[in-house]
Order: sequence, then structure tokens, then C-alpha cells
Amino acid sequence: MAQIPYIAAIDAGIHQEMRRDASVLYFGQNLATTENHAFVAAYGSDRVRVTPISETAEIGIAVGAAMAGFRPVVELYMAEFMLVAMDQVINEAPRFRYMSGGQVAVPLVLKAGYGFTAGWAGQHTGSLTALFMGVPGLKVVVPSTAADAKGLMATAIRDDNPVVYLHHYMLTLEAGEVPDDEYLVPFGKAEIRRAGGDVTIVATGWMVPRALTAAEQLAKEGIQAEVIDPRTVVPLDLETILRSVDKTGRAVLVDQAPRHASVSALIAADIAEHRFGMLKAPVVQVTAADTTIPYSEPLEAHVIPDEARIAAAVRRVLK
Amino acid sequence: MSPQLPDPQRQIWMFTQMLRIRTFEERVKRTFTEHPGVIRGHTHLADGAEASIVGSLSHFRDGDAALATYRCHGYPLVLGSDPKAMMAEIYGRAAGLCKGLGGSMHLTDVTRGFLGTSGIVGAGIPHAAGVAWAAQIRKQGQVVLCFFGDGASKQGAFHETLNIASLWKLPVIFVMENNGYNVVTTSAQEDANAAAGEPLSVKAKSYVMPGVTVDGTDPIAVYQAVGAAIERARSGQGPTLVESKVYRLSAHGNIIAPPGVPLHYPEHEAITVFGKREEYEAALRGDPVPRFRGVLVQSGVLPATEADNLSAQIAHEMQAAVTFALNSPFPNLDSALEYNYA
Repeated sequence: MAQIPYIAAIDAGIHQEMRRDASVLYFGQNLATTENHAFVAAYGSDRVRVTPISETAEIGIAVGAAMAGFRPVVELYMAEFMLVAMDQVINEAPRFRYMSGGQVAVPLVLKAGYGFTAGWAGQHTGSLTALFMGVPGLKVVVPSTAADAKGLMATAIRDDNPVVYLHHYMLTLEAGEVPDDEYLVPFGKAEIRRAGGDVTIVATGWMVPRALTAAEQLAKEGIQAEVIDPRTVVPLDLETILRSVDKTGRAVLVDQAPRHASVSALIAADIAEHRFGMLKAPVVQVTAADTTIPYSEPLEAHVIPDEARIAAAVRRVLK
Repeated sequence: MSPQLPDPQRQIWMFTQMLRIRTFEERVKRTFTEHPGVIRGHTHLADGAEASIVGSLSHFRDGDAALATYRCHGYPLVLGSDPKAMMAEIYGRAAGLCKGLGGSMHLTDVTRGFLGTSGIVGAGIPHAAGVAWAAQIRKQGQVVLCFFGDGASKQGAFHETLNIASLWKLPVIFVMENNGYNVVTTSAQEDANAAAGEPLSVKAKSYVMPGVTVDGTDPIAVYQAVGAAIERARSGQGPTLVESKVYRLSAHGNIIAPPGVPLHYPEHEAITVFGKREEYEAALRGDPVPRFRGVLVQSGVLPATEADNLSAQIAHEMQAAVTFALNSPFPNLDSALEYNYA
């Protein structure tokens, strides 16, 4: 078990799978431009390639290679770059298994960072998770720790479906304990990051550490929050969330996306439908404002959920 | 490959496949009047492109792959798919090639190397390149035939993919079936090369690959042009763009209509939109299927009586496909949710 940064853990997950399975390919822009590149050196230029800035072709080529029996991982860098190739992400990769009546599988991983609210302004800061969540055929992964970054990547590569793997840019250098040996994190199993009986907080990605910090502040006030990290939103472990709500009767859902494009809105609907009678207070969502992310630092901070807003929401549902 | 002529037996096989495509498509088209409501949504026919499809696929070997577009009925017929399963798919039945989940626009038969058909113009082009990358890694000499229309060559997917395919020397042959119309827009209205009087194969020059234009109504010419491109790809020299000039003999597709309005095929856009009946009639006079029949009969390769027997056999085969599909049950309702995930 070593302490390594989140970003290195992702690479460790890819290495783990490329070592054991010669059908895993890794390619993308500005990747593998010399033979000294760690992945080229280890697996050769048949399996590791640099591409031009051509997202439609990159993702489309991954679809074809997957249909032909390979397991491509496409390095896309930023979730927004997938928007250039949205047909391939939403209307090609997840459709072929279905439209062929199960004749083909399309096992591929679209690796992209998101949520880079560090002054990247309006076009490189989005939290697009919920967009992919509404596409049957896609799986969607949002690791918040270094260990999950490795284990979920490995599971994504072994999965026989197209997986959108969204790593959070604000967590890039966050180090954590990561198993050295073969490590897999199952899809559809939420992690209870902190146990508590007073309120259920659900958060993903960078919002997980913020929720945990808020929970520590609240503990000083005698409020015990349970913090749940779904880790994968497709499949979504609704059962763990509902079981927690059974216990607490209160839910605060934290999401970095704008409210009306958030995973939290979808979870809120499920809680309302399945646990209406159990709720002691309305479900509260702490999301980004419905706005383009501003460049200027105080404005950027103003529109993104922080620890104080999460704690305030918890106090509100406990009133 | 030295573009040799196919031997007489192969020529008869080619004519047989052309006639099978034509007859199958006629039965699809007749379904709209004979069995209204049985075919839903949008259907696109390959009549007029038979020589191009068959000439291209004559070189197909086990392990090769073909990918195409929503105008996809011709290829699997040539590759050996069962027309009963194809028609059942078009009729939305459980016994369909894709269990009734794909329909006319998405015929797929993986066991025959027909890997997938995208209904989005140009979207399948990078898929073919991905399959070709797989073939390149496997080093078994496999090639990929990528079929698309002239309209797709204005999509970013086309340009992005040709660039990468050339850069990586992928074993893929880009067969552009240029039927002169992108739905109801003529090539000259939407293509800078066409407007300047250039063949669309000049687009290959941007990507440092051979670009050839061939008469897609002549199966032997296509056989030779695509054969040379396949040989080049098999030997590791990379992709070729083949522009195969055809004339689609039906409208782009059946009418697009709200529920309650019986679907049917209108006349070709040359007539309905542009008032150029003479253009359409000239294309009919050059119809590749009777033309190739004439060539084979005249050269003595195929006696007229045998050609007639062939027509009768194929008519019977396609009638059986229609009968089978009409009598096939619809899919079990549970199957609607079965194939979203592997």
C-alpha cells in the first residue's frame, strides 16, 4: 500500500490492465509522443498512440476497435472535449449492442477530467456527469479518492460496455493509500465515507471532501452526518442511499453541476418517490448555480457549493 | 492485386448477387403497398447501387469486415446473411437479424463480418478505421470495407478519419457511393469539388492516399478498382478512397409521415424536386442489373435461359423471405430491455 496522488493512481489502473490484457489500447492527443513515454515503452506503439485533435475520429475509432474485440481507453483530457464528438459518445458507442440485438459489445473507456474550477472559466469547468447518466448503454464513473481512481479504472477497462470515466481535476494531486497489487472497485457499490444517524449527505467527486469537512464542523455542533459517495452514478447504488435515508429521514444532496443538470436532481426524485413517507424534512440540494462558470476567483467560488453552504443546508433540514 | 477480370463463374455469381439485391429491395418497396403498416419508420433502398456493392464485396475474405450506413440491405445479402432474417428484421420480428431491435437502418450480421451500420451520416467512418486498427494489430492481412455516401464526405468524421487512417496506414478501403444527391440536395449544391466539376475522389489528395473514381454501375470496373485498393491495404500500404458513381433508382427513402399516413416511396427527387425526368430516365436506361445481364448473355458467359431461371429462383427466394417475415412473431416484450448492457 503506497501513498500516491489521484492522477498517478489512474495511470496505475491503466498499467494494471494493460499488463494483464494485450487487448487494452490507450490513445489520445499529446499522448505518447516519444518512445520514452511510459506506456509506449511498456506496451509498444501498436497499442499506445498519439492522435490528432479529432475527438470524433478518436472516439469513433475506439467504437470500431471495441467492436473488433479490443478494449480501448481514450484519453480525452477534458469532459468538454467529448462535446465535440457527442454523436459518438451518446448516439454511437452505447447503441450498437442494442441495435444489433446483442451481437456486438463495445467495451471502451472515455477518460476525461471535469470540474476544473481553478480559473478555467466558462468552457473547461463543467460537471457534465448527469448528461451521460441519461444515456442507456453508458456507464458513468466518478472516483473521489486515489484508491477508487485506480480500482474504478481497472473495472471500467474490464467492463464490456462503454464507460465514461470522469476524474475530478481539483483532486489531481490529492494523495491517498492505493493498493500496490491488482485492485478493482466494483461498479454500483456506494461507499459510506462517514457514518452518522442525523442526516444523509450524498456527494461525488470533489464535493466528497467538501461534504466531509462540513460533516466534521457539524459534528462539533452535535450533528452526525452520514456521507455517501456513490462512486459510480451508472449503475447507481440507490439502495445504500435509501437505507441511509431510512435511518436519518433527512437528505442533503451535493453536486457541482448546475441544479437542473445535476445527478442530485435525479437522486432527489428517487428519494421523493421511494421514501416520501420516511422524510422528516424536504430533500435539499446544494448545487452550483444555473450559470456558466465565471473566471474571476470570488465569483467562481460564489457559484460552487462549499463547506459552509453544505453545513447550512444540513442545519436547515434539521430545524 | 493486378485488377484481373473475375472468371466466368465469378461473373455469374456477381450477377446473381446483384439480382438478389434488386429483388430483395423490390420486395421491401412492395411491402409498403401490399402490407401497409408492416414496415415502420424510414427505409432506404440500394437499387441502382448493386454493381458497386457486389463489385466491392467480391474480394471479401473470411476475417475481413464491412461497415455501412442506414442504406444497408445490399451488403449482408452478398456476405451470406439469410434474407428471411433480414426481411424479418425490417418487419420488426423476433427472428430478425437483430431480433427486431434495429430495423431497416441497422442491419448487422457479425458472423458474416458485417459489423454495424450507423444511421448518422458519416458516423460509421471512424468505426471502420477502429476495426482496421484492430486488423493492423492482429497482422493477419485482414481489411475493412467502409461504405458511405457522397453526403458523408462533408462530415468532420470523414476528414478526421481519412487523416488518421492515412497517418497510421490502416487497412481500410473507403468506398464512397456517390449517387449525386444528399437526400434532396445535389452534390454541386453542397460540395466544393463537385461545384468545380472535380470528381469527389480528389478529397483523397488532402490525406495523401490514392483517390480513384469509378463507374459504380459497372461491376467489373468496381471489382478492379476496389480490388486494387484491397490489395494495397492487405500489403500494409494503407487506405484508398474509391468514389463509385451510382444512381439511386428510388427516392432517398420512403416518405416521412406522422402516424396514420400510409408510408410509400415517392418518385425520385430528380423528378419531384428538380423536374429533371430525363435525368432519371437516362439512369433507368443505364440500370446496372439488366445491363450486366446483357453483357453476360452477349459474351456467352450466361445463356439467356439460365439468366431467366436465375430470376425465377431469386423471385422465389425473396417471396419466401416475405412470407417467413410476415408469419414471424413479434419479439417478447422483455427483449426491449435486454441489450442495453453487455
